[in-house]
Amino acid sequence: MCTYETVCICVEGSGKGPQSWLRLSQATVYFDHPVHAMADHTLNIDLSDPSKGPSARIALELTAESARALVAAIQQALDAVPSELTRP
Amino acid sequence: MAGGMVRSSTMSDSMVTSTVTIAGHGGDDVQAYLAQPEGDRPRGGVVVIHHMPGYDRATKEIVRRFAELGYNAICPNLYWREAPGAAPDDAAAVARAQGGVPDERLVGDVGGAAAYLRALPTSNGKVGTIGYCSGGRQSVLAACNLDIDAAVDCYGAFVTGTPPEGFPMRGNLVDQLPNLRAPLLGLFGAEDQYPSQEQVAELRDILAANGKVFEEHTYQDAGHAFFSVDRPAYRVAAANDGWERITAFYGKYLG
Repeated sequence: MCTYETVCICVEGSGKGPQSWLRLSQATVYFDHPVHAMADHTLNIDLSDPSKGPSARIALELTAESARALVAAIQQALDAVPSELTRP
Repeated sequence: MAGGMVRSSTMSDSMVTSTVTIAGHGGDDVQAYLAQPEGDRPRGGVVVIHHMPGYDRATKEIVRRFAELGYNAICPNLYWREAPGAAPDDAAAVARAQGGVPDERLVGDVGGAAAYLRALPTSNGKVGTIGYCSGGRQSVLAACNLDIDAAVDCYGAFVTGTPPEGFPMRGNLVDQLPNLRAPLLGLFGAEDQYPSQEQVAELRDILAANGKVFEEHTYQDAGHAFFSVDRPAYRVAAANDGWERITAFYGKYLG
């Protein structure tokens, strides 16, 4: 199936692609067919800088189990940080 | 199994492929991949509508297969406007982030591709459409709005059924199905949820009520995307039989 459901958020940070670092401004999240991963469906994340063109993108295709584990790991890492360090 | 492929013993499988520019929706220049069998024998044309992952290698292989079957075949790059010259996966990501291809634009681009095929000196004037996944729905959409001679829907979601929230640019096609202008072949997987067997039944009922020609087959051991040779969803028996059904269907309506 194609869910077509796409969650798009603004982000602030950097990521490294095969050529160089990118200043990330957008994250697109969706559960759909992967391009490369050997699974019928994956949780896909595109971290991108749209101002730099379509190739300015870091793409992830994770199984649902891996994606949930990643979410938990991110949350665990953030929870361990003193709150004064993570204020906007 | 459907009827076997009928191929002339004189066919060489020689073909010419090229990247061309067609006039798409609104007269926009749109890139397209074209494959033409060698020779000047009059033949029908096929517009291949790519899946959401884009104008990719697997889709171009399908275009060449239709040329090998004796048709002029073309695939417009539906993401050309968003990402000209980009890698297919990058272009698909940009198009997705921008909300996908509007239906009106899709109809214009497929119409431009069909006109391009009909203008080729080898054209017999007949053109079919085929699409996979999101392209399956778009193949039906095109056949509801354009003069198409035969349409194939390979597991297109939301021809019937209710699209999820956040689906602003594409509804189902229930209201448009009475306008279907061409015979339709639908190929589905029993394990697919989009379209589900209930949604396929709804399509069947609507087309029957409107006197439309609808050939269909559901493969019991297959789910979504069973034609995709480079994905785990590939089911060789379903795909082989599906190709035979497509060959017979186009042979009947595009020959």
